[in-house]
Amino acid sequence: MTMVDANVLTDVTEFLWKEADILDRKDYDTWLDLWTDDGLYIMPIGDGEDYADQLNLCYDNAKMRKDRVGRFKAGFSISSAPPARTVRTISRIVVEEMSGDLIKVRAAEHLVEDKFGRQRVWAGDAYYTLKRSGGGFLLHQKIVKLLNSDGMLNSFSYLF
Amino acid sequence: MTAAMPKFSDLDALYSNEEAKVATEMYEDPDLFQEEMEKIFKNTWVWVAHESEFPDKGSFKLSNVGLDPVIVVRDRKGVIHCMVNRCRHRAATVCEVKKGKTSSFQCPYHGWGYGLDGSLRALPYPEQYGDDFDKAQHGLLKLRTESYNGMVFATFKEDIEPLVDFLGPKVCKYIDLFMKQGGGFPVKVLGEHQFTVPMNWKVQLENTTDAYHFPVVHKSFLQSLDEATEDMFDFLDKGRGWVEDLGNGHSVMMMIPEREDLDSGLDEPIEDRFQELAEEIRAEGYSEDQVKKIVKAVGGAGFNLNLFPNVSFSLAFFRVLTPVSVDQTDIRHIAIGMDGGPQAANRMRIRLHEHFQGPMGFGSPDDAEVWERVQRGTKGGGQLPILVNRGMVDEEPGDLGPRGHISAETGMRAAYGMWKRMMVGA
Repeated sequence: MTMVDANVLTDVTEFLWKEADILDRKDYDTWLDLWTDDGLYIMPIGDGEDYADQLNLCYDNAKMRKDRVGRFKAGFSISSAPPARTVRTISRIVVEEMSGDLIKVRAAEHLVEDKFGRQRVWAGDAYYTLKRSGGGFLLHQKIVKLLNSDGMLNSFSYLF
Repeated sequence: MTAAMPKFSDLDALYSNEEAKVATEMYEDPDLFQEEMEKIFKNTWVWVAHESEFPDKGSFKLSNVGLDPVIVVRDRKGVIHCMVNRCRHRAATVCEVKKGKTSSFQCPYHGWGYGLDGSLRALPYPEQYGDDFDKAQHGLLKLRTESYNGMVFATFKEDIEPLVDFLGPKVCKYIDLFMKQGGGFPVKVLGEHQFTVPMNWKVQLENTTDAYHFPVVHKSFLQSLDEATEDMFDFLDKGRGWVEDLGNGHSVMMMIPEREDLDSGLDEPIEDRFQELAEEIRAEGYSEDQVKKIVKAVGGAGFNLNLFPNVSFSLAFFRVLTPVSVDQTDIRHIAIGMDGGPQAANRMRIRLHEHFQGPMGFGSPDDAEVWERVQRGTKGGGQLPILVNRGMVDEEPGDLGPRGHISAETGMRAAYGMWKRMMVGA
């Protein structure tokens, strides 16, 4: 196991927490700006990793991310007007690999949603590829694997 | 205790064919739900699988027939079997793997072993059952199983009519048309989205034959499309489509008539949205005729074929409902593509499926929301009926049942008419 500079872990943690906070506050325009132009946001189903050729919950390039956010915001989607409220924590952060300006990180994500007076709990492993940019990071790839991604889910009116 | 009288209203009060009104308790009454599971789901052909989901000898998948968990499997000769997932000894499930390949099913509790055809092959220390223990009488509970064009159905009703007769020639014709989206290749399941919704199963049964909701519920999906595609989905304003009762509770909702038969109109130029795909398919070495056929197929069929009681062939995917309880229903949106077809084509079909379907699609979450809102709404005003009478004013007779406007609730009336016949027990 390679030793990771404590400063890197601190910086990465701060970035992931900032993103989590942005998503809980549904500040989606700010979220879109966190991405590289060719970044991919993927929520797969099951354990397969051939994401381009398998069915996922979502496989979003920049256009799909923008359209998704547009859908959330326009007010015509009944499931997201209003959406469920969410509170999430990102923890158990592990910096896996650093090469050039890319850093691979994985973390645990716990999310509780609330709508119609009922709460649902979701857990998953999140895999990030971060790209150094200026003094901070951009999201280059984010893959969230729900624990029960191949089981019976509910519909989601927010992002993980 | 003698057989209890049903607690729910008489069937005419629950659904009237003449008035096309559904009583609120149809979505709310747990006793009625139990009765439906017996009288409907144990007495008709229920969709359980597509053959591509378990393609090889020994491959299997888990499914459901109503509330009964079942295993659908191909034996060593390729024969398809469907049996209840329950050991004949003390009831433990014999399989908890959703999909896979095996040579037998073994109960984890006491080791009873079953063959791929469900027959009891061996059990530890059998002598304690005596000499007259008959293994042939202790196989897994089997269902009658038949297929049509790759779609596998099973039934608990041994003496039911053959599947093709239950479907009828017109349904079979539409199944054949739907399967043309293989684009010259066999249709193959590419994956599935699964979500559970707090609603009665009949809310879902209605929805697949409901074009009326599309521009309202799916406005945000339509807004995310290019102009030409948005125009294609504008089937209510165009009003050229129709809904037709196909008998036995089945119906077809023809939304985009120019996509009824995907082999027609192949001389027309390829749509702009598929130009890039066409280039990719050409680059994979396909002839121009094949490219046109494949590209057209990628766009999906133009109709929903709704089969009573649990499966719909919906534009470009299979939609399957599984009742769980009176107010909970599991939904599967099964993506399909071309077995052995160009990778670019299957990739595009997957992306199109993700765009609308499933827990994070641009369509399904809004469907799920309104279905749940129906279930929440029926908590109040129990004396009020649910109306499925839309379009009765100008229905015309079709070959097997009425045919109405694209936004008519003709398909719901077909389903409820069958519901009533089965609940009567006729």
